[in-house]
Amino acid sequence: MAITPPPERIWWNLPVARSELIWIIVAFLWGLVMFSGMVYWHLEGEQNLSNEAYRITPEAFLEKATAMVEQHQVREDSGMPVVHPPPGSDVYLVARLWQWWPIIEFEKGQSYRLHLSSMDWLHGFSLQPVNINLEVHPGYDMVVTITPTDSGEFGVVCNEFCGIGHHQMIGKILVTE
Amino acid sequence: MSTFNHRVCPATGLRIHKSAENLIKANAFVSIVFLAVGGLFGLLVALTRWPGVHILPADWFYLALTAHGLDVLLVWIIFFEIAVMYFASAVLLNSRLATPRWAWVGFVLMLVGAAITNVTVLQGNSSVMFTSYVPMQAEPNFYLGLILFAVGALIGCFVFFGTLVVARDEKTYQGSIPLVTFGAMVAAIIAVFTIASGAIVLVPTYLWSLGYIGHIDSLMYRTIWWAMGHSSQQINVAAHVSIWYLVAAVVLGARPLSEKVSRGAFLLYIFFLQLASAHHLLVDPGLSSEWKIFNTSYAMYLAVLGSMIHGMTVPGSIEAAQRARGYTKGLFGWLRNAPWGNPAFSAMFISLVTFGFLGGISGVVMGVEQINLIIHNTIYVPGHFHATVVLGTTLAFMAATYLLVPLVFQRELIMRKMAMWQPYVFGLGVTGISVFMMGAGTLGVPRRHWDISGADSIIKFDFPGAAYLMMGLNGMFAVLATLGGIMFIVVVVGSLLFGKKTGDEPLKGLTMETATEYGSMKHPKIPGTLVLVGVFFVSFILYYFVNWKYLAEVWPLR
Repeated sequence: MAITPPPERIWWNLPVARSELIWIIVAFLWGLVMFSGMVYWHLEGEQNLSNEAYRITPEAFLEKATAMVEQHQVREDSGMPVVHPPPGSDVYLVARLWQWWPIIEFEKGQSYRLHLSSMDWLHGFSLQPVNINLEVHPGYDMVVTITPTDSGEFGVVCNEFCGIGHHQMIGKILVTE
Repeated sequence: MSTFNHRVCPATGLRIHKSAENLIKANAFVSIVFLAVGGLFGLLVALTRWPGVHILPADWFYLALTAHGLDVLLVWIIFFEIAVMYFASAVLLNSRLATPRWAWVGFVLMLVGAAITNVTVLQGNSSVMFTSYVPMQAEPNFYLGLILFAVGALIGCFVFFGTLVVARDEKTYQGSIPLVTFGAMVAAIIAVFTIASGAIVLVPTYLWSLGYIGHIDSLMYRTIWWAMGHSSQQINVAAHVSIWYLVAAVVLGARPLSEKVSRGAFLLYIFFLQLASAHHLLVDPGLSSEWKIFNTSYAMYLAVLGSMIHGMTVPGSIEAAQRARGYTKGLFGWLRNAPWGNPAFSAMFISLVTFGFLGGISGVVMGVEQINLIIHNTIYVPGHFHATVVLGTTLAFMAATYLLVPLVFQRELIMRKMAMWQPYVFGLGVTGISVFMMGAGTLGVPRRHWDISGADSIIKFDFPGAAYLMMGLNGMFAVLATLGGIMFIVVVVGSLLFGKKTGDEPLKGLTMETATEYGSMKHPKIPGTLVLVGVFFVSFILYYFVNWKYLAEVWPLR
């Protein structure tokens, strides 16, 4: 039994039943398939992180974001600037207690280099209802090249706990046709 | 040997030393108290996230969520694991416990540490969640309590290792250690690694909270914290798989199909589980895809292979034992005639099936580097780990408790009817929690979030109605799970207080005749298990590819 020492002293030399052996081989091969799946998606799939990231201070990041807002602000919404940056440009989204700043307007089908960084604690970038989720750290400038394929209004919910106002931290991304 | 105080268990013939017995009792009892406390915090969390009820204000919600994670994920499980380690070493090896005084020191440190952290959390300035990610800061005592708790647990591990040495030295058993002890040893080895990682991350964080260290990098913290945080879940896996084997052996007299295969599968845990930190960091900046892919796959899924092997050998050994007993009709006669009225067995079997189908499959799928993009930090994640830690670990520990009460506490179970129903009520409740949280997660609902309606925020976002429905269902099933939890506490504590002292046959009605011999069959046939494993494998493949399809529909990212 499993609660008594093995009855045969040399248990490690006993033959293994075929059914067990087959399952071990099948499970092992399935593991290889799943492993290759991730590599394959980097070659053929469209949803991958480039893992482009830089060290940056919160002040430096905020400066870049502010410069972008000054240059590309088109209007204001809910007391927050709305920016419409040119396709292909660097776009900065600031995460801080408890807002995503500013509101960004993209054009459908165009690519943008979206920079994410936190001014204070950890935050979670959760684009809804598309459902793209990224971890946002202070001190790291994470760059994601993003290509919106739907138009409309999207929410940016914070999904990394960031204190008592966490649930108020909702931002907005707009995509125009 | 005569200098040590012991009794002989009338059911198993094992010598049970007083020193080990008292420590098993103390650790198991304290663990169950914390299960009750942490479980009630969990109910408050679920009722708050039920949009129609929304019972707690935001500050209390985050406080309750922090306490819930700490008390059940850490305190309940680790106290019980210490009891399991002492049982698997001293009792199963017929030995005295090494250095019982040190074991008591460890016990007291764990208790004091758990108390300090709990009090600190209740004081309100340390609602930083179980993970306590920097730069968010808790009161220094929050970290101090955790460190004391970890030191106590480390002492427990070394008492366990010491007992293995003592038993070998004093020749209290013949040949190799039993499989269950082997599994507990695997858990203890992983625990040492886990606690070492915990020390590397928590000691500097404690000094930082006191002001002696100026800055802790948030990515470094998350990397090392998860070397502790996830590895500690692997202690749980090793421990609850050992308990599956234990219950199958005690209740059904099942014998492992192959010692070599089962032990080999445990060994894979030691070699590959330590890479687990990675799958929490799949969407973090600053780490390369090569690093993520190698580590999140536990070096090409070799640790997953270990669990998939146990997933066959545990039910296989039960089938073989049942068939040897004469339940040979059809594919599933052995399963239909299993002791479903015995809570130790039913809890164990529900734990086995739900851990595999719900916890295992979802865990592997969300640990795929790219698929994590659509799951990270959504409430899918707690949905997954309630299947692994509550259905897998907690339910298995409940199964073990139903055996410990007569064997170690020497009390008969009272309220047998309620005990009989308990695993089903609890199992169904937690299955609902798990499924509906995963469902809400696929709709993007965030975890650790007080109010998804965004009522207080300037900018609004409306989650779909189905998300609200699922969060409501999650709350309802949490109530059911709480009921199952209360039934467990009532039966166990009631039995300890009022149960009849067990006589010559402590396990009367809980065990069947042992089937250690399978006659002339060297390799017993297990066709029913093969069908079950096949169903599991097909579900796994389907769910895996369905999620790639979901991912493919998301905006392109580079």
